[in-house]
Amino acid sequence: MIDLIAFIPRAVGQSIPLLCGSTGETITEKSGNLNLGIPGVMYVGAISGVIGSFFYENSTTGSLNGFLAVMIPIVCCLLGSLLMGLLYCFLTVTLRANQNVTGLAMTTFGIGFGNFFGGSLIKLANSDVPSIALSRTSAFFKTTLPFAGKCGWFGQLFLSYGFLAYIAIIIAFLTSCVLKRTRVGLHLRAVGEGPSTADAAGINVTVYKYVATCLGCMIAGLGGLYYVMDYACGVWSNDAFGDRGWLAIALVIFTIWRPNVGVFSSILFGGLYIVYLYLPSGMDHMEVKELYKMIPYVVTLVVLIITSMRNKRENQPPQSLGLSYFREER
Amino acid sequence: MAATNKEPFIHMSKRDTLPWQKAWTIRFIAIIAALLVCALVTTVLTGDNPIKVYATIVEGAFGTSRKTWITMQNLSILLIISLALTPAFKMRFWNIGGEGQVLIGGLAAATCMITLGNKLPNAVVILLMVITSLAAGAIWGLIPALCKAKWNTNETLSTLMMNYIATQLVAYFTIFWEVPKGSGKIGIINQNSNVGWLPSLFGSKYLLSIVVAVLVTVAMYVYLKYSKHGYEIAVVGESEKTANYVGIKVKKIIIRTMILSGALCGLAGLLLVGGINHTITTTITAGQGFTAVMVSWLAKFNPITMVFTSLLIVFLDRGASEISTAFGLNQSFSDIITGIILFFIIGCEFFISYKISFRKKSRKEEE
Repeated sequence: MIDLIAFIPRAVGQSIPLLCGSTGETITEKSGNLNLGIPGVMYVGAISGVIGSFFYENSTTGSLNGFLAVMIPIVCCLLGSLLMGLLYCFLTVTLRANQNVTGLAMTTFGIGFGNFFGGSLIKLANSDVPSIALSRTSAFFKTTLPFAGKCGWFGQLFLSYGFLAYIAIIIAFLTSCVLKRTRVGLHLRAVGEGPSTADAAGINVTVYKYVATCLGCMIAGLGGLYYVMDYACGVWSNDAFGDRGWLAIALVIFTIWRPNVGVFSSILFGGLYIVYLYLPSGMDHMEVKELYKMIPYVVTLVVLIITSMRNKRENQPPQSLGLSYFREER
Repeated sequence: MAATNKEPFIHMSKRDTLPWQKAWTIRFIAIIAALLVCALVTTVLTGDNPIKVYATIVEGAFGTSRKTWITMQNLSILLIISLALTPAFKMRFWNIGGEGQVLIGGLAAATCMITLGNKLPNAVVILLMVITSLAAGAIWGLIPALCKAKWNTNETLSTLMMNYIATQLVAYFTIFWEVPKGSGKIGIINQNSNVGWLPSLFGSKYLLSIVVAVLVTVAMYVYLKYSKHGYEIAVVGESEKTANYVGIKVKKIIIRTMILSGALCGLAGLLLVGGINHTITTTITAGQGFTAVMVSWLAKFNPITMVFTSLLIVFLDRGASEISTAFGLNQSFSDIITGIILFFIIGCEFFISYKISFRKKSRKEEE
């Protein structure tokens, strides 16, 4: 049967980028912005972190200062994702452009940006390393708790991840808590459901949309950074990130806009990505792996249809999702 | 008495429709501004003279006659997909599923070519290919439409999911039929017998797609502007409530329009698989399903304008491929340039739809 002890840590490793992406997109969608640019944002976040850490690693020859080696990529990643978020907000909230088109343009731009710098960074920086392999930085990202190795299967299942994974899970639970139980969360949900009503109640719709989208993009960017630094051991290959951004958007719908469900669903989706490796007949029928990869999308579609069939109000998408708000329009 | 309330410094208000000369002037200014920013970005990144870079773009798109044909061919495919999405968009049904519908149409065509290649004469195979790819695309568009019509499912999200289901199906069949075993690719189908290869018109293998694109453009223009269906689509798009009062059955229109949309995307898939590439891979659409969304929207859903917006995008794409080979830059450079130009054009729509007025000095109160 499936070797669960080996399978689950790999599945969790796959799930963290999805979790970050879906938590970020949930916050954005709760404010009424449908940000289809999340795949692009994840690429940009990842490559910004890579650029920052590339210059740092190449400028110090000895051993790296642990704190800087971790903070420089994170800060660069957050900055890059923030800029993408601000661009999206400026176009959709201030200039009231169509959100689908803006999001798709951002995805094209972001993926191109990531692949371009991933391929050309070496040439542009005039350095002589053969490829971008940030293994020293990655080692810092992957450090686990010191006693993890000694706890047997418990340690492997729960304690053997880099710190970004734990941060991602904490962010997801925190988001869920803020959305459901605080006043700020209530205001955000109001903005997403009925911006004209929220505006009449005195909530500043523009500020909430900006903050929610930018925060969402920053969290999603962290997911991209995790993928490069932790999962891929610091090696950037073009398009390695693949379609995970779209899977993150699917995850938002699957979890019915609830990040705490997202923690477990992302492990499910991540697991489906690699389950074919662990099934006994796995390597003989390579084509079946494609069918396994189809399951998350089919399941999400089914969840989407069922929630709209049963039409329970708590499970619907935010009412103003995808629509721009102009105060003087009735 | 002095006024105690101050006007806000910048005041936005929605405009009535602008005369088309002014609207296009604004768009033209946006494109020029975008090109300037792109020149800046290019110079910063590559250190080359921007005029030389632009000359390379033009050369890449129209430099030799073969390059021009390829540009026109890519233009045709992008145009067909954009035209396919247009009736759905006019109805405010955001069909982001272009990728999936094209892929499934191509898959149906490839299936016919591979499974029937040896068993039926060429003409029959081609006929079956046409029928199955149109039907497959139509079904792929029908499913989200039914969900929207019956249960008001969000169409952006459902069409998006159908895209990836189609991609995975194509990936499955690619490995299922891979030649040689283990390569992960199907390779050129029926290379020796040419069964199922769409015929080349007048000896030029590029002409078929171009002719089909011209026909579809004219047909779509006439359909949207002069037919009863087109009128119904326009009414549903403007206001669903008005459509209901007039007696138009919105659900039926949604389903009918999406069948048309999906079928046309399936046609594009047929052309891609049977006419141009003679194979199928998951990347055969090269993201054109998504680009078509932007092309269609930028052209304000007018089929004639769409020719020009898709020409712009294809021109940039081909030119940027040329730049990347000439200057040693990454292939993805074209995505960055396309993205910047799209942002500018998207942003300038604001200035067309809304008017900005600044606070005027208040006049003296008349006693």
